[in-house]
Amino acid sequence: MLKTFILGVASGVVIAAGLLYLVPAVDQHREASLVSVQANGGNTESFHVNLPHDRIMFGAADKDAIPASLQWPRAEVLGDTQVELFKIRNRNDVVVGVASRISGTGTASGPVLEWALHLPARGTLYANLQPQPDDAGRRSGRLRAGTREFAAMTGSVNERLVRPDTAQDGGVFEGRIELVTALVGLSERSE
Amino acid sequence: MKYAGSWLAGAVLGVLLFLAGLYYNPLANRLTVSPLAVSGQPLIDLAYSTVPTDAIAFTNNGESRISPYPEKIAELWEPTVRRTTVLVTLFTGSRGQAKGVGVKFASESERTSLLKGHALVDSAWHVYLPESGSLFVDQTENMWSYVRNIVLPARFSSADSWRGTWYGITTTGPNALGTARVAGSSGRFADLTTEAVEAISARAYSALQGPVSATGNLTIAAAEPASN
Repeated sequence: MLKTFILGVASGVVIAAGLLYLVPAVDQHREASLVSVQANGGNTESFHVNLPHDRIMFGAADKDAIPASLQWPRAEVLGDTQVELFKIRNRNDVVVGVASRISGTGTASGPVLEWALHLPARGTLYANLQPQPDDAGRRSGRLRAGTREFAAMTGSVNERLVRPDTAQDGGVFEGRIELVTALVGLSERSE
Repeated sequence: MKYAGSWLAGAVLGVLLFLAGLYYNPLANRLTVSPLAVSGQPLIDLAYSTVPTDAIAFTNNGESRISPYPEKIAELWEPTVRRTTVLVTLFTGSRGQAKGVGVKFASESERTSLLKGHALVDSAWHVYLPESGSLFVDQTENMWSYVRNIVLPARFSSADSWRGTWYGITTTGPNALGTARVAGSSGRFADLTTEAVEAISARAYSALQGPVSATGNLTIAAAEPASN
């Protein structure tokens, strides 16, 4: 009887350890990566934000915040800093991550416009773009850093605001923001 | 039949013993000494409140005990982002003066292994300090010590809360020394590549609302002297 009990204790330990080992504690939902191969190596991928539905928040001094109950800090140092959060979608219009867009005119940096795209199952992209758009409304920039899947990548990130002429008071755009990445592995580029 | 009952009772005890072993595992203690302490580089210390209602904005899937803030902010309910939280916060310097804003993305990591005492979170900071520049912090955090010492005691408490003093460094990678990877982008941080660690100082936690009194500190090794 005692031996059976001790065997049961050992079995319990093994079963618990086995379950914890075999069953993943976290299993992130994945969407297929919709990547197009570039002719010169690397790949391109496009993401977009549908406005206003995908905007999570907008905050800036002296502008209408989203949501309206958001309190932007009264800190002089922030100046004209604007922070926006979005849900980002892939080519199939499925939400695949979240992104931050920060812009402002810093005393040390001058005008700044940056994106951080966080795709939970894949990694994060960090890009800085030209603050001023070209005639077609595009802003081009470079990938400054990436994590996990994007850690060993380099390349460009371009932003295009579609239908920017529907801007509301306070400079908040309605329409669609398109982001296109053209990335190549660092090892491929050095070959 | 009595042998089966004996085995079953033993198995239940075995599972409980195993879980107790994981909970009290002395090898999963928190890190309290920053790997940057011996770096010799000047450090930039950015503090923020980890209490969601002190933040500019905080959102999650809306089903957590910690509610999104402020009211009516969009929730991350889609399958791809439902294990992710986003915090937008004001950073202050060592004297409490505002320094800039930061956005923290944090997603539960698939490398989480409770067997190893790893409750991992893949997180990234998007930081903008108008008087200095902008940078990006990529880190892996191990929240097991925080969960074990604060969150679970608060849940088990009859008052649904925890009070005390707790300090721990949550950053465990991806760099070899357990530091975060930092990439600067503009201003003084343009093209800077360095490292950072994040720590939490907690004083009160509610099982119903989440952190009540807690401060986060993001410490970045700077390439040049920083004025805090």
